[in-house]
Amino acid sequence: MSKRASVAGWVLLALLLVALSVWGIADNARLFLVTVLNGLTLASLYFIVASGFTLVFGLMRNVNLAHGSLYLLGGYIGYVVAEATGWWVLALAAGFLGAAVVGLLLQVVILRHMQGQELRQTLVTIGIAIVIADILLWIFTGEVHQMEAPSWLKGPLRGIPIINAYSQYRMSLLVLGVVIGVALWLFLNRTRVGMMIRAGVDDRAMLAAAGVNVNLVFAVTFAIGAGLAGLGGVIGAVELSMVPGEDTRLLLASLIVVIVGGMGSVVGAAIGAAILGLAETFGLAYAPTYSVVFTFVILVVVLAFRPRGILGRA
Amino acid sequence: MSAAKWRKAMNPGALAAQGAGAPILARLDRRFAGAAASPATVARESSPTLDSAALLRHGLLLAALIVFPFVATPFITFQIGGQCLTLGLIALSLTFLAGYGGMISLAQMTVAGIAGYTVAILGVSGTAEISLNWPSWLVVPCALLIATVCATLIGWLSVRTEGIYTIMITLAIGVAFYYLVLQNYSVFNGFQGLQKVYPPEVFGINWRDPLPFYFLALTCAAAGYAWVRYLVRTPFGIALQGIRDNPRRMHALGFNVVAHRVAAYAAAGFIAAVGGVLFVWYNALITPGSVGTSWLINLLIIAVLGGLRHPVGPFLGALVFVLLQTFAIDLIDRERFNLVIGGVFLAIVLFSPDGLLGLWAKLRARMTTRAAGVGRSTISTQRP
Repeated sequence: MSKRASVAGWVLLALLLVALSVWGIADNARLFLVTVLNGLTLASLYFIVASGFTLVFGLMRNVNLAHGSLYLLGGYIGYVVAEATGWWVLALAAGFLGAAVVGLLLQVVILRHMQGQELRQTLVTIGIAIVIADILLWIFTGEVHQMEAPSWLKGPLRGIPIINAYSQYRMSLLVLGVVIGVALWLFLNRTRVGMMIRAGVDDRAMLAAAGVNVNLVFAVTFAIGAGLAGLGGVIGAVELSMVPGEDTRLLLASLIVVIVGGMGSVVGAAIGAAILGLAETFGLAYAPTYSVVFTFVILVVVLAFRPRGILGRA
Repeated sequence: MSAAKWRKAMNPGALAAQGAGAPILARLDRRFAGAAASPATVARESSPTLDSAALLRHGLLLAALIVFPFVATPFITFQIGGQCLTLGLIALSLTFLAGYGGMISLAQMTVAGIAGYTVAILGVSGTAEISLNWPSWLVVPCALLIATVCATLIGWLSVRTEGIYTIMITLAIGVAFYYLVLQNYSVFNGFQGLQKVYPPEVFGINWRDPLPFYFLALTCAAAGYAWVRYLVRTPFGIALQGIRDNPRRMHALGFNVVAHRVAAYAAAGFIAAVGGVLFVWYNALITPGSVGTSWLINLLIIAVLGGLRHPVGPFLGALVFVLLQTFAIDLIDRERFNLVIGGVFLAIVLFSPDGLLGLWAKLRARMTTRAAGVGRSTISTQRP
């Protein structure tokens, strides 16, 4: 596609979106703004989970299809800790650490021994996802587990123009998503390990040749990626709820986010998460039965014009 | 991921990878370079006829399969035999795509599900306000056509990306279709799905009785098996395997890589569609659960369990899967079936990436080397 045509395409898309938003605001401003906020808060959850997925994929070319299971695992661990201690922040830390440890074991015990055999690694993660899902079902049964928001985040935030009140927890989620995004960016761009990870994404062999212990970098990345999934699990345990099947939902969300945003790119994950979160909530608010179709159309359009995702490198 | 890497990934033994991939490319190179390969070799290599030992094996197997329902109980004929052949047929489409095309598609169950839903919606079902009650001679071809077209579209979408990406995109498509049928009530009847979908009575036979259904499934499965065996020896099939092993080289040789891959999706989609129609008749209903993630994954398990190297693999995998599903519950809690199947799958992927067929080939290779010293080449046991 020529540059001019692609610019024209973007402008057309932007005009269409602006027209739709103007219509939405004119029609029912409150509904529109609440939907935007809901979409963005959902997007920040998606971003937290998918950024771990894309980090692992970018470095190791390893599609970890057990990522959704790690999300659910983190959520359940957080739930147990919160029940026992009553501290939500502790639950958050436990969810992160629990999933990170399981991810680390997965990488060190199994995946390391099949380095470079991408397909086999993927199949292994599928097997592990089945096993983890079934063990969790065994322990926690099929009942819905709902975690309470911490008391200092409970209740609505009042005094916002037009929409009046909005859940404090959800609003703080938005902040958390931004904080984690910035922290991840700083980690990748300003620290030594982050530099190694970025170098590994670009050229694994060269990184090893430069004398870096690649296995260690892999292990750290995998642990962080899995930990982010677990962290997302604890957050999601309050915002959504925990039932068997949520693992698949978040896995699907992560897949779409990284396919749309571009594999291995954290910024791409943020863009993809924003698109998916907004599309899903707008779909649910304005055309409930077909909300999945919106997601699917976005996937098809992105793949048709940019097969490697919006920020993916050719 | 390049196809060469894919081969390596699926086969750390490496011996067979080199052996299996090389002759095809060499043959194509020769053919297109116009070099004079001796006609006899070419004829022997690409001859679609089976040698006498293979013919004997196939004949014996077919005879055993025909005799089987007359010695087994109706329960075993229907639940084990019928289900195994039906699932094997759907998994065969994945084996064809993955084993010969190098593309692991998780959306094959979705294609089967589309065929099943079409049969239920256009034909007769328990939900009168949705089903259109078309005559069955029209419904089945329509279902096969629609599912094949959808499979082609899925293929067109997913061949834009390569290797490992294919798994992600087809999984996303499959799960999206699951949520669509789950949430849509006007066409797909949501969570409940469509019940009471029976096969039509032809020649006064109830095709859902164990014996007729078994033979119906056996005919379709045998036809599918023979078709795949035939297809992989046609110029199209050879080119497809060349593309699996080295798409760049095939592109340089003047082959349209994308068209071959999409065509492979279409061919596999047709097989899956036939399996899907059988599956909806077998279950007598179709629900979102039958196109859910667990079934998408189960199909992959069946194909990998049996082995992706030969079209008999999926049927073998289906047999193990169905046997586990039916009898494992006697040994352990019914609820823990996923743990068992997940564990078996994990063990196979970890210790024998070529599945049960690979295990068998390894065993045979060891026995022949022990019996005859050097023995015959192991490659001949690994390739169809």
